Amino acid sequence: MLEKRVVVCLDVKDGRTTKGIRFKDNADVGDPVEMARRYYEEGVDELVFYDITASAERRKIRIDTVRRVAEQVFIPFSVGGGISSREEMREVLLAGAEKVSVNSAAVRSPGIITDGASLYGSQCIVLGMDAKRDPSMPCGYRVVIDGGRTPTDLDALAWARKAEELGAGEIVLNSIDADGTREGYETTLTRIISEAVGVPVVASGGAGRPEHLLRVFTDGRADAALVASMVHYGEYSVGDIKGFLRSNGIPVRLT
Amino acid sequence: MSKNTIVVVDYGAGNLSSVQNVLRHFGADFIVTSRPEDVGRGSALIFPGDGEAAASMGELRRTGLDEALRAFHASGKKFLGICIGCQVIFSHSDERDTSCLGILPGDVRRFPRMPGLKVPHMGWNAVDFRVRHPVFEGLPQGSSFYFIHSYYPVPRVPAHAAAVTEYGETFVSAVADRNLVAVQFHPEKSGLVGLRLISNFLAWDGCWENGGGAVDA
Repeated sequence: MLEKRVVVCLDVKDGRTTKGIRFKDNADVGDPVEMARRYYEEGVDELVFYDITASAERRKIRIDTVRRVAEQVFIPFSVGGGISSREEMREVLLAGAEKVSVNSAAVRSPGIITDGASLYGSQCIVLGMDAKRDPSMPCGYRVVIDGGRTPTDLDALAWARKAEELGAGEIVLNSIDADGTREGYETTLTRIISEAVGVPVVASGGAGRPEHLLRVFTDGRADAALVASMVHYGEYSVGDIKGFLRSNGIPVRLT
Repeated sequence: MSKNTIVVVDYGAGNLSSVQNVLRHFGADFIVTSRPEDVGRGSALIFPGDGEAAASMGELRRTGLDEALRAFHASGKKFLGICIGCQVIFSHSDERDTSCLGILPGDVRRFPRMPGLKVPHMGWNAVDFRVRHPVFEGLPQGSSFYFIHSYYPVPRVPAHAAAVTEYGETFVSAVADRNLVAVQFHPEKSGLVGLRLISNFLAWDGCWENGGGAVDA
């Protein structure tokens, strides 16, 4: 049976991880490569890097980080954050990432999904989507971009279907309402989207305890769940989370 | 090129950097090539890739790599196919009705369209080995490997099925015949078990006969 994936997300700025508290005793504090290797050794199924670097050097720094991770971490990982051209996609994939994630750029020019999928295959192209509760939208959630700052006219469900049709091979679905609360994923949103599309859905935003992953895998029908602070701050290891899921009947990979 | 060089075949099907990273990790002597004349000079061959059968076969024919791959296999030297490299070694793929290399008899089929079964099959899934094989040495029964594919091989010779996996139905996730091993999953992205499989391949002498004995579950 296909296992449910536990995915760790690392926010990277100027080549350093922005939430590196757990490893503060380590000489490599905040080094995304070091953190990636630690999570890999703990048995994480996949990694996601969001590059929030603003400097002019960003592409060079990003490629260097991706290359160093790929040399040491032999599991899939994806890279997102401001990717808006085929050339940037190509650089990231050739450096060793399995997938690239597009978010705001795909809302502004949806053709980037089709371009990426036809050049590199749908399996490489992840749609990152930020959704916010809004009763005026048909599915009850509105797509927002630019890290949640800019509302769009898109209904979250309609956009997910459209992105699949355009060639996205996976959707990372982030709830703006739940993000940072550590009170659990937006299970309703996850279920609406996951049941409507034929590609895997990764739930994101709100994870604080292993029970939250259990709930989003069962009630939310998620294929994978993204965690950040609950592992970065040292409260839980990837192994703790997977052990809990396994003991509650969720198929997960144990290493 | 030394006599122990591994040839990694590059035919434009996806990204070879992961395979190269693993070979570097083991300090293996390898080249990446798209030239048919280089292929035969290796002592072992890795035929990786993800992508699409028709485009892959088109490129293999255009470059003459199709003949080079058949000749390499016929020479008896060890051959590892990965993902699309586990599909186009068969006679035919349903993906755009594509005639393939025919190194092993059989077809490549798509997962059925059924409710709740997401295609592509993406993520970690258990592999049940059906044969004892040096390339699978030390891998626990039911080890999880990383998959990303919509099609899978259906060997015409049942004895070629070396491992199976469940996804909607039971499908063949690895095949083996004499000097050839091919896996539908990605060992280069499957953590420690994947590294073990590749190091086993590097150490393998390339000889294997299916003794017919099944592996205990």
